Amino acid sequence: MSENEVYALEVRNIVKRFPGVLANDHVNFNLRKGEIHALLGENGAGKTTLMNIIYGLYTPDEGEIYVDGKKVEIQSPHDAIRLGIGMVHQHFMLVPVFTVAENLVLGAEPTKGWQLDLKAAREAVRRLSEHYGLEVDPDAVVEDLPVGVQQRVEILKALYREAKILVLDEPTAVLTPQEVEELFVIMRELTKRGVSIIFITHKLKEVLAIADRITVMRRGRVVGTTTPAEATEESLARMMVGREVVLQVPKGPAKPGDVVLEVRDLKVEDERGLMAVNGVSFEVREGEILGIAGVQGNGQTELVEAITGLRSAREGKVLLGGVEAPFRRPRFLIEHGMAHIPEDRQKHGLVLSYSIADNLVLCTYYKPPFAHGLQRNQQAILENARRLVKEYDVRTPSIFTPASALSGGNQQKVIVAREFSRPVRLLVANQPTRGLDVGSIEYIHKRVVEMRDHGAAVLLVSAELDEIMSLSDRIAVMYRGKIVAIVNAGEVDKSQLGLLMAGGQLQPA
Amino acid sequence: MGDHEQSMTSTVWEATRRYLRSVAVPLGAVLLALIIGAAIIWISGASPWLAYKALAKGAFGSAEGWRRTLEKTTPLIFSGLAVAFAFKAGLFNIGAQGQLLLGAITAAWVGFAVHGLPWAIHAPLALVAGLIAGGLYGYIPGALKTYTGAHEVITTIMLNYIAMGLTDYLANGPWKDTSEGNIVARTPEILPSAHLPTWGWLPLGFLLALAVAVFAWWVLERTTIGFEIRTVGRNPHAARYGGMKVARTIILTMVISAMFAGMGGAVETQGVIGRYQPGFNANLGFDGITVALLGKTDPFGVIPAALLLGAMRAGSSQMQFDAHVAKEITDVIQALMLFFVAADMIVRWLLRVKAAEGEEKITLSTGWGSH
Ligand SMILES: Nc1ncnc2c1ncn2[C@@H]1O[C@H](COP(=O)(O)OP(=O)(O)O)[C@@H](O)[C@H]1O
Ligand SMILES: [Mg+2]
Repeated sequence: MSENEVYALEVRNIVKRFPGVLANDHVNFNLRKGEIHALLGENGAGKTTLMNIIYGLYTPDEGEIYVDGKKVEIQSPHDAIRLGIGMVHQHFMLVPVFTVAENLVLGAEPTKGWQLDLKAAREAVRRLSEHYGLEVDPDAVVEDLPVGVQQRVEILKALYREAKILVLDEPTAVLTPQEVEELFVIMRELTKRGVSIIFITHKLKEVLAIADRITVMRRGRVVGTTTPAEATEESLARMMVGREVVLQVPKGPAKPGDVVLEVRDLKVEDERGLMAVNGVSFEVREGEILGIAGVQGNGQTELVEAITGLRSAREGKVLLGGVEAPFRRPRFLIEHGMAHIPEDRQKHGLVLSYSIADNLVLCTYYKPPFAHGLQRNQQAILENARRLVKEYDVRTPSIFTPASALSGGNQQKVIVAREFSRPVRLLVANQPTRGLDVGSIEYIHKRVVEMRDHGAAVLLVSAELDEIMSLSDRIAVMYRGKIVAIVNAGEVDKSQLGLLMAGGQLQPA
Repeated sequence: MGDHEQSMTSTVWEATRRYLRSVAVPLGAVLLALIIGAAIIWISGASPWLAYKALAKGAFGSAEGWRRTLEKTTPLIFSGLAVAFAFKAGLFNIGAQGQLLLGAITAAWVGFAVHGLPWAIHAPLALVAGLIAGGLYGYIPGALKTYTGAHEVITTIMLNYIAMGLTDYLANGPWKDTSEGNIVARTPEILPSAHLPTWGWLPLGFLLALAVAVFAWWVLERTTIGFEIRTVGRNPHAARYGGMKVARTIILTMVISAMFAGMGGAVETQGVIGRYQPGFNANLGFDGITVALLGKTDPFGVIPAALLLGAMRAGSSQMQFDAHVAKEITDVIQALMLFFVAADMIVRWLLRVKAAEGEEKITLSTGWGSH
């Protein structure tokens, strides 16, 4: 490219300070026309901050922004939209009870006299969907739509405002692998139509799959810019974290012992009364990891909730160490040696407004040394917190800090610390690394394998095939509420698993 | 080491700042209400300065004033604690009024109908009877919520009407004072052995209220039950995950909360009114909502909040007398306080205070059907 190429967007020497943090430290970044430029970095690296500056939500302390080579001042999202910048936030900003069409035009409504011109709005949705190949029903109510489609609505919303530059902040964090694929198709389609995209993520594989260029940030600084051709997962991880990262946890062969968890003919209904788990049986032995693979929504959530005592089952049995476990009695299971890393850490795993110390005794608060009779023992609770925060390397200002103030990775470490600090015979880990950065993933994987090596039975549920493949000793594939196959980890490859997950069958070799 | 100390002082400083920020809204609400109250007094042609001075004098200017103030404060502490305690489990107990009425009339019955006991037994017995009556009445909305999902706001409002009807009936029927010349609905006077004394300006009931506040704090902050209550209030999903019995906790919380209200009614009967008479306890339970919110739903915050409202009541006659301002202005001021704490955004905006990180949000009521 020529020396003075005109970029769709360029920022120079952006500095943004927050109390106690230098969130952006002289950041330089540019976006070519029609490219997908990935912005990669761990949680807290400053990616969202930079995008919020570009979108006018924050004003930078220093630095300049250029759009199409012209210096601009962006004081508000209004300015940004006027300059053709659109943003899809990490957390969607749609009105759940409005229809797609209504959401689309919100804030820029076409009117007929005093009235909202819904017909025009619907027409706009149709026109845009057609033009960009993004399918959505204009009359669907947003809250009824799957997450992936809601995201499409967000993208359409930006396009409706004639965005030429599209910022996608961690769009894949909430998507299933299929939805990610669909999103990538859409992104490529958009670039063909002249849209330039900034794609934020902390997932290495995605970056290599879709980006034209990759810029890596760490602790508020840009570490470097590279291309998928020059980079590997390892090199990107190193840039992100600032040290060597083990992407594949070293793991010896399993030494399975006695059966710890036995699930027999389990049938579980979901909220709508449909049979989400429809006759599932398997067992997990001590010293082995059984991975449950499957596209999200095939009954894994209901299965795990039934096993961990959060939901009752219609039929069937769960035995823990040969003892039949009652449903909806988590304490029974906890006292019989179950540890549970829940799928949704903010819903089940933590009380966000509680201190780390209190969160660390969420399951054991009533037992000595944390309580004597009714009276809680503050001393022991704090002691426990100090020890675990150190042992599990939870990055926090203090043990009194509310869990809400921690990053996702550190929140997950609090949960892991709590669950692993009891004697564990069975570990149930549901999506243990979802939304986490490379460093935290590495850490949690190591701990899970350690658990196994100490003789625990591990039931791992994940929608990430890579995670399932790298951790499991045996893999069960779940499809439409049933286990369609249980295979030894070494004996299948990714594409075979993918086939099973999609409801296909393995051809006998 | 130095690092450690620095972080210690900065933690203390942080905590102080967080505390100041957390009391800013109630203090601001009180101030705003007083200012608007002053404006109303001024518009109505009187002197706000004189009025507030007389109000303070009536409440705190003499031993007699103090006695009145503490007597008015006492039931408000109880009902404030009842509402605040339930809030901790995410429950909005509007039923404090009904629970208080049942406590008041039950204590009155034990007080007048049980003969021949010494004070040391009779007075506590009446008190405990009132407390239990209140508690049982709180069991109903708790059980309805957990077993049928009926929202406690609705059920407690309806139970308030039932309690009002029931106490009216009792005071006008089976438990009516049949002494010569009585034509109003009321119970007989309680026996002297059931009275709670007032020593000079200090009512025993006030000391009991303080003790119950300490007890409420202890339960919430220092016991496993309190931990369960607060966890259920903040995140019922996490409570279930942690092995807590959510339904049991909700019922228990309602019962304890209602016990506080019932005890407040008993103390009012035994310490101030001397019998049960319909209308004499009007609104004490409802005012608990204002007290609880002004006190940030904190057991120790409830005390100054109740004292403030108690003082306004105790001093209002003096204000009417000295400054010729109608007593009812204090009701207006109290209503404004409730308005401003409930609409805390207004105060926050005026004072430019943000909600503290991790600060507990007080949700007055969740919508229909949201668990
Ligand atoms: N509004 C804010 N106030 C204070 N600190 C913030 C704010 N927004 C972000 N930060 C801090 O700035 C840093 C960068 O955050 P962010 O840009 O969200 O990172 P990323 O999106 O890469 O995960 C973090 O340390 C974060 O805690
Ligand atoms: Mg971010």
